[in-house]
Amino acid sequence: MEKWRMTHRFIRHSSKLLFDRRSNLNSHNIVPSPGFAFHRYFRLEECNFRRCFGSVATVIERNASFSTLNSDDVSYFKELLGEKSVVEDEDVLLTANTDWMRKYQGSSKLLLQPKTTHEVSQILKYCNSRCLPVVPQGGNTGLVGGSVPVFDEVIINMGSMNNIISLDKVSGILVCEAGCILENLISFLDNHGFIMPLDLGAKGSCQIGGNVSTNAGGLRLVRYGSLHGTVLGLEAVLANGDVIDMLGTLRKDNTGYDLKHLFIGSEGSLGIVTKVSILTPPKLSSVNLAFLACEDYFSCQKLLVEAKRKLGDILSAFEFLDNQSMDLVLNHLEGARNPLPSSMHNFYVLIETTGSDESYDKEKLEAFLLSSMEGGLISDGVLAQDINQASSFWRIREGLPEALMKAGAVYKYDLSIPVEKMYDLVDEMRIRMGQTARVISYGHLGDGNLHLNISAPQYDDKILALIEPYVYEWTSEHKGSISAEHGLGLMKANKIFYSKTPETVQVMGSIKKLLDPKGILNPYKVLPQSLSSYH
Amino acid sequence: MKIMVAIKRVVDYAVKIRVKPDKTGVETNNVKMSMNPFCEIALEEALKIREAGLASEVIAVSMGPPQCVDTLRTGLAMGADRGIHVEATTGLYPLNVAKIFKRLVELENPGLIFLGKQAIDDDCNQTGQMVAGLLRWPQATFASKVVLDKEKQVATVEREVDGGLETLSLDLPAVITTDLRLNQPRYATLPNIMKAKSKVIKKYTPQELNVDIRSDLEVVQVTEPPKRKAGVIVSSVDELIEKLKNEAHVI
Ligand SMILES: Cc1cc2nc3c(=O)[nH]c(=O)nc-3n(C[C@H](O)[C@H](O)[C@H](O)COP(=O)(O)OP(=O)(O)OC[C@H]3O[C@@H](n4cnc5c(N)ncnc54)[C@H](O)[C@@H]3O)c2cc1C
Repeated sequence: MEKWRMTHRFIRHSSKLLFDRRSNLNSHNIVPSPGFAFHRYFRLEECNFRRCFGSVATVIERNASFSTLNSDDVSYFKELLGEKSVVEDEDVLLTANTDWMRKYQGSSKLLLQPKTTHEVSQILKYCNSRCLPVVPQGGNTGLVGGSVPVFDEVIINMGSMNNIISLDKVSGILVCEAGCILENLISFLDNHGFIMPLDLGAKGSCQIGGNVSTNAGGLRLVRYGSLHGTVLGLEAVLANGDVIDMLGTLRKDNTGYDLKHLFIGSEGSLGIVTKVSILTPPKLSSVNLAFLACEDYFSCQKLLVEAKRKLGDILSAFEFLDNQSMDLVLNHLEGARNPLPSSMHNFYVLIETTGSDESYDKEKLEAFLLSSMEGGLISDGVLAQDINQASSFWRIREGLPEALMKAGAVYKYDLSIPVEKMYDLVDEMRIRMGQTARVISYGHLGDGNLHLNISAPQYDDKILALIEPYVYEWTSEHKGSISAEHGLGLMKANKIFYSKTPETVQVMGSIKKLLDPKGILNPYKVLPQSLSSYH
Repeated sequence: MKIMVAIKRVVDYAVKIRVKPDKTGVETNNVKMSMNPFCEIALEEALKIREAGLASEVIAVSMGPPQCVDTLRTGLAMGADRGIHVEATTGLYPLNVAKIFKRLVELENPGLIFLGKQAIDDDCNQTGQMVAGLLRWPQATFASKVVLDKEKQVATVEREVDGGLETLSLDLPAVITTDLRLNQPRYATLPNIMKAKSKVIKKYTPQELNVDIRSDLEVVQVTEPPKRKAGVIVSSVDELIEKLKNEAHVI
């Protein structure tokens, strides 16, 4: 039986996700997708240590107060970590210097792989004293240029801190090191009857420390809430090497300021997360998934309202994509199959339910879907009959970032917008872009999170000028957020004011100054340049 | 012409199989069950033939515990016209299933029977052959292509064999078992799920069909395969050759 399962899997899933191949830093086998032109934001030879962002000229200069790496530094790290954990290999560095989209590239000459909190602490203590800037790096799947160096920052890769420390089988509280890959945690928990409260397309590579540091949302947020709720405790190392042990495993603990929240979503700018304690829900046996077609955006919205009301207790995901997204996936993702091939529809919605009673849940979902169909909200749909069908439906939604990569250049925007206004922006962008680029939109409708992607054959400043600052201004006007879940990173550090008041940003700056006075942690990211008085 | 299709309810192929602690079988409690993938392919082929106007009705048959009705509903939602459930709470082995099938064939008179080449739970790969044997009908196993000639009442079947394709020509009625590459089964659409709700599933027991389901087989023990030892990464071709010679003893 196993054998059959294996062959079958091979046939249906012969195309592994692109980022799966990249999951191991030590394997140098990045396979550039065909037809994808490597985009360089700048020409290193011409403007060393100077980054020019297209025509919207934001120039970042290397912070002059930082020192540069020398051979004594390297010897120190070798002494501290051992030869093997100090990587100078060019191929490995090229991978680690380049982000998942191949859009941002740094020029770091050194990657460190600490194995313990103590090692992280020693590294930071040393770097801080030497004023050497660092980038904490998890799975390097971040989408805002936050996980790669801007110039020559030392890369601190967390992949070797991948031990699971404990799982309390009564409460479901998992304690693990920051470098654990999300998918490994998912399968570890599966064996013990639990699930991770978050799931996202990058699960094969991204790490829990990266997820926490970006406060990743993902596909199950609508059910289990954000990491600010599920993360119970953290251990983090500050820039000066101090280890802050906040690794509580209590659901309730009101003693003073809850500092762990500062590290959830601060993108490695305040400290390096080394351990995480997280509340994991029990795995429920009955999971159902429907892939549906809607003819207009209003129906998607109404369907969401109805689903929340009528499936409330079992609803675990509500995702949407538009017809441009479907078209893109079918053309660029190997093995993708249209679940509703008889005609193209304007919108597609995935509704997942998770519960404990197979027949009750299925009946409930079926009844809901049939009544929605009779009511005209859904024009067609399929219900997965087995896990394999469910995976192939999910593949369409989860494979979108990969398909976009394969299609060429992509400008990504991750916006929180009140659900009823959300698609107006997409319509407006289509008019703005005209024939120059395709507007692909999908997202976590259940959370009011739109992923707006502008896909073009090549990166082109003219295209960028059509998008920015328009998208940010529009979002700000409609009281949205310019980063729903991906973070600000390098891409949007200077755009923070579109979503936060100057006073708020000022406080953030003070916190940064307090925890990282020399600014060595993930410099140039998250907070605007204007705020860092380092140069 | 009617087509009869066997569909079996098995542990979902994507589920990691666990052997029961007492080694009497595999764990099926709280485990996702689905239609055997080869049976899905069998059903898809039957539906295609009906849609091409070469058959009038597709009857899905499932045997086993009451929950087989769920599997039959899936079959009906895919497009089968009606279902037959032979309820049996004790284990059924291929010969039992084949005997029951023979009785159902006598009742329904189909012109063609499709079965999956094997079920992914017990991997027996026997039922189709036994059904053909008991009925004395021609059989084509492991079909990767099926073409029906209604006039001549002949089915032409391609099978994947070592080194190429074998083409068989069978007089109807016949038994065909299906392989992976025959087709890609369709999904159950909402309108069809809705229609399936009013389709009939007729229930029998083996007793009603006069079939003795005592078995002359006994499963002694089910155990997990030995765990694979972790591999090692060799640093050079020489080391590889050395290991193949002195550790694996294969060269
Ligand atoms: C295909 C795909 C799908 C995605 N889907 C989603 C989605 O649905 N929802 C969502 O929210 N995001 C999504 N993302 C982006 C998401 O932010 C990342 O996938 C993930 O959360 C980052 O984890 P990582 O380990 O790869 O971190 P990295 O990319 O390595 O790093 C991200 C940021 O966190 C910092 N960091 C990493 N590890 C640590 C640490 N231990 N301590 C301190 N700082 C650290 C880095 O410096 C960087 O600023 C997706 C990305 C891809 C490629």
